[in-house]
Amino acid sequence: MVNQDFINTLLLTGKLAGWTTLILFVIGFPIAYLLANKRFWFKPIVEALISMPMVLPPTVLGFYMLVAYSPQNAVGQFMANYFDVRLAFSFVGVLIASVIFSLPFMIQPLQNGLTAIPKSLQEASYTLGKSELTTFIRVLIPNMIPSIITSIAMTFAHCIGEFGVVIMVGGNMPGETRVASIAIYDEVQAMNYQTANQYSFVLFIISLVILTIIYSMNGKKKILF
Amino acid sequence: MFKIDIQHTMQTSDGKKMLEVCTEIPDNELLCLFGHSGAGKTTLFRILAGLTRPDKGRIVFGDTVWYDSEKKINLSPQERNVGFMFQDYALFPNMSIEKNIRYAQKEKDEENVDKLLTLFDLELLRNRKPHQLSGGQKQRVALARALAAKPSVLMLDEPLSALDSEMRSALQLEILKAHNLLQTITLMVSHDIPEVIKLATTVLVLKNGAVVNSGKPEDVFESTNAQMRVLKCII
Repeated sequence: MVNQDFINTLLLTGKLAGWTTLILFVIGFPIAYLLANKRFWFKPIVEALISMPMVLPPTVLGFYMLVAYSPQNAVGQFMANYFDVRLAFSFVGVLIASVIFSLPFMIQPLQNGLTAIPKSLQEASYTLGKSELTTFIRVLIPNMIPSIITSIAMTFAHCIGEFGVVIMVGGNMPGETRVASIAIYDEVQAMNYQTANQYSFVLFIISLVILTIIYSMNGKKKILF
Repeated sequence: MFKIDIQHTMQTSDGKKMLEVCTEIPDNELLCLFGHSGAGKTTLFRILAGLTRPDKGRIVFGDTVWYDSEKKINLSPQERNVGFMFQDYALFPNMSIEKNIRYAQKEKDEENVDKLLTLFDLELLRNRKPHQLSGGQKQRVALARALAAKPSVLMLDEPLSALDSEMRSALQLEILKAHNLLQTITLMVSHDIPEVIKLATTVLVLKNGAVVNSGKPEDVFESTNAQMRVLKCII
């Protein structure tokens, strides 16, 4: 019998991954567009910073986020004073950390998708009198749907499996920060292998479905150009 | 009248080269740019279309200043209204042939879409996507699309380079058709002397970024000797 805690934990995991993906999609697209289209001297450092979560242990980022969230530091103080939000060991805190930690999974596929579109398509649209925004919406986005799906799926899948950052920043608070990956660890510690197995199986299936979608999309990508 | 006086440093595989072009093109001319790869033909087109900013100079089309380095005027490609046909045709893969043409229109005009589809013999292909077309069909769509915007000048960057000789010959007539329909200036890049003689009213020979010869094609390529001189000159 599936208990309510199990459902709640999965719903919280989905909520964290869903919000992270949505926020990253909104802020990630303009960043990917700038990186794909503009040249500026500090571009390599921006690209390096965005890619850092790919190589950095999650605990490193988690540690710095935790330090930043402390009410004794500027960010934590600002959030506490102006928004009455305590970031450490809260859902919002985990969400912010998750957004930062998943940046490359959203931005890199979008940037690759944008750079794969021949520059002449963009230029042809400009010579036909269309603005940058119209070109973006009517020419670029429709020609990079597989990259958009890949970036959304990768971000979502990565978020669902995130462990290190969540445990550092959010701890293990049921209903607030206890996501499925942490619940697995917790249940194993408590030797509840059956529950750990249930969580693991759900995460396994979700990841498999998402990756299958990504690979089927990558197969279709080659037809257009 | 198109007045061009520009200087621009080009980055080529042989290092930096200076592109210097100073010419005036009267209305209704079909001008062919003739020259070896790397001579600066495509760069000149990009500069005229507003896709590349030259180092300095002045470009005036009719009464409108498109570019003036001293007065810091530089109209965007959107403001220049150039019908630019790219070497790779740059058809939008997500749109059907009909939608590619419709996208180019400043104001919706279904009648004109139908007219262009008929003119370039594309009616049966109207709902196909660009990747379902042959090279020659793509070229016709690209021409129709460039015309749909009712451009003030038509620029064709090596429009026939990827085609076989039979197709080339048929499509040269399409280009003439487009030029006559628009009744404005058409600029075209070509490497093919018979093609230049067949189509152009004027030819501009470019070598290493400089204009080395210009005039009526029959004068520039008047005899086999002259053709050899031009070819030797640009190689």
